[in-house]
Amino acid sequence: MKFLPLLLAGLLRKKTRTLLTLLSVAAAFALFGMLDAVRVAFNAPQTVTGIDRMVVASRFSIIQPLPYSALNRIQAVPGVRSVTYANWFGGVYQDPKNFFPNIAVEPASYLQMYPEIVLPRDQRRAFLGTRTGAIVGASLARRFGWKVGDKIPLQATIFPRAQGDNLWVFDLVGIFHASVPELKGVEQQMLFRYDYFDEGRQFGHGTVGWYIVRVDDPAHADRVAKAIDRMYANSADETKTESEREFQLSFAKQIGDIGLIVSAIMGAVFFTLLLLTGNTMAQSIRERIPELGVLKTIGFSNRAVLLLVLGESVLLLVLGGLGGLLLARVTLPVLGAATSGQLALAMATRSWWLGLGLMVLIGLFVGLPPALRAMRLSIVDALAGH
Amino acid sequence: MAANHVPAPLVAVRGVSKVYRRGRQRVEVLHHVELDIPQGDFLALMGPSGSGKSTLLNMVAGLDLPTDGSISVAGRRIDRMSAAELARWRASHVGFVFQFYNLMPALSARKNVELPLLLTRLPAARRRRHAAIALALVGLQDRAGHKPGELSGGQQQRVAIARAIVSDPTLIVCDEPTGDLDRHSAEEVLGLLQRLNRQHGKTIIMVTHDPKAAEFARRILHLDKGTLVEQSPP
Repeated sequence: MKFLPLLLAGLLRKKTRTLLTLLSVAAAFALFGMLDAVRVAFNAPQTVTGIDRMVVASRFSIIQPLPYSALNRIQAVPGVRSVTYANWFGGVYQDPKNFFPNIAVEPASYLQMYPEIVLPRDQRRAFLGTRTGAIVGASLARRFGWKVGDKIPLQATIFPRAQGDNLWVFDLVGIFHASVPELKGVEQQMLFRYDYFDEGRQFGHGTVGWYIVRVDDPAHADRVAKAIDRMYANSADETKTESEREFQLSFAKQIGDIGLIVSAIMGAVFFTLLLLTGNTMAQSIRERIPELGVLKTIGFSNRAVLLLVLGESVLLLVLGGLGGLLLARVTLPVLGAATSGQLALAMATRSWWLGLGLMVLIGLFVGLPPALRAMRLSIVDALAGH
Repeated sequence: MAANHVPAPLVAVRGVSKVYRRGRQRVEVLHHVELDIPQGDFLALMGPSGSGKSTLLNMVAGLDLPTDGSISVAGRRIDRMSAAELARWRASHVGFVFQFYNLMPALSARKNVELPLLLTRLPAARRRRHAAIALALVGLQDRAGHKPGELSGGQQQRVAIARAIVSDPTLIVCDEPTGDLDRHSAEEVLGLLQRLNRQHGKTIIMVTHDPKAAEFARRILHLDKGTLVEQSPP
C-alpha cells in the first residue's frame, strides 16, 4: 500500500496519455462485461421448474413443424390448464431490412395465454371476427406509421400463397401495448390469424410451429414437460418442452454459435488492448529511465523495480477495467429491457472475477517486457539516460 | 597504546582500477587509486571531463563495481556485495544528490523526500515526520506540498538534499550538485552541504568542475586520466 503513491506518480506523469489509455481499457472491459453477459444469457442452463408457461416445439429443430392434432393430446395431459399455438411467418414489409417478428396465432387462446398483450376491447373483437385481421405492437405501428384500418402487405419468405404468389395482405384491426415496461419488446410484433394463414398457404397445412402451454401449478411444470415429451418420444414428431426464454434463445441461436461469436469479438478486443497498453507501458518506461535509475540508486532493488513496473501496469488495467465493468453494469439492465426481458442481461459475479483476472493477467503480460528492461537497467547507464 | 590508535577511515579505497570495454577497445578509467576518507570529511573531487571522478564516486557509493582493488565503507567490503546486498546497503548508508535533482515530477516535495523511507519498516506517520524534519533542515518546510515543477532549481536541489539525508546515511555523495544552478542558488546549496558537514558531522563526497564550489569542502582532490594527482590535506 505504501508504494501506491509511487505507482500513481508513474501513471500521472503524462496525464493525457494515461487518461486516453484508461478510456481505451475501460471501453474494452465495458464491451467485455456486456458481451460476457450476452454469452452467459445464451449459455445459461434453463429449467422449467417454477414457471407456468412453456413452449412445446420439435425436438430436432425449431423450423420443424408439429402436427395440429397434437393440440388435443397436449390439452389432455394432466396439469395442463390451457394450450395455444403459433407459427413463425417470416414475412417482409416492403424491404428485407424492415425485419420484425410476424406470427400466425389462434387469436382467442393466444390473447388469453398472453395477458401482457393489452388490446382495446373493440379491437380485440375485430381481431377475433376478421379472418384477414392482424394486430401490431405500438412500437411497430409507430415505426411504420401504421394505423387501424390500414392494409399491410407482407412478402412471404417461407410460405408462398396457394395461388403461387408471395404477397399476403392483412387488415390492421388493432394496436396493442405491453402491460409492463419490461415487456416492451413484445410491441415489435405483428400477430395475425392462423386460420387465414393455414388455408392460404401452399404447403404445411395442418401443422403449427409450436405450442404454448400453461400449467395449473408452476410446481408441476417439470412433470408436465416430461409427460408431453414422453408422449411423443420415438415418434416422427418428437417434442422438446422448455421455458419460453430458452425457446427465444434457440431462435436467436439460429444465426450461429453466439458463445463463439462473442468469444471471437472479445479476443479481438483484448488483442488490440494488449498492443495498445503494451505500447503505452513501453513508452512510459522508456521516458522514465533516469527516474528508475534514481530509485535503484536510493536502494530499490532490481526485483523491487520489476514489481513496481508490473504493479503500475496492473494498476492501469485494473483502474480502467473496473471503470469499464461498472459502465457495463449500469448499461446492461437498459439493454436487457430492450429485449423485453427475454435476455436477462446482468453482470454475473463470475464475470466480475473473470474480468478482474483478465485485468491482472493483461497487466502482467503487457508490463513484463518493460519491467524486465527496468530490472536489468544498469544504474550508471540509467542515470545517464541510456 | 590508546594514544597511538589511528581510527580506520570511513571509506578506504585500495588499488582500485576500472576498465570499460567499448567493442574491442579497452578503456581504463581509473588506475590503482588509493584513497582514505575519514568520518566527517567533506571531500571535493575535481578534474577534467573523463578523468574518472564520477566513476570513483559511483564506486564509493556502491553504484558500480571496480574491475580491480577493494572498497570498504565503515569496515564493510562493498565491492564483494551482490546487487541485492548493494541495494540494501545503499538504502541505509548512502544519500545521493545529482546535478539535475532527479526528483519524481508527479510527487510532492514531501513524498519525494519520503522515497528512501519506503524501503524501511517505518510506519507512515513516522515517515512523514522524518520527511518534515529533513525538509525543515534544508529550509523548505513550507514547500512540502509543492511538486518539483512548482519549485525553483535551487529549491529542487534542496529537496534532493533532504531526500539524501532523510534516512540519516553514513555518506552523502553529490555529483555536480551545483552544475545546473545559478551562482546564488549554488552558494545556498553549497552552504547547506557545508552546514550538514560541520554541524551534523555528515561525511560528504562531492564531484565538481567548479573551483568555487570546491572551496566549500574541507579538502580537494584532483584526478587526471584515472589517477590521483594532487591532494590537499584534511
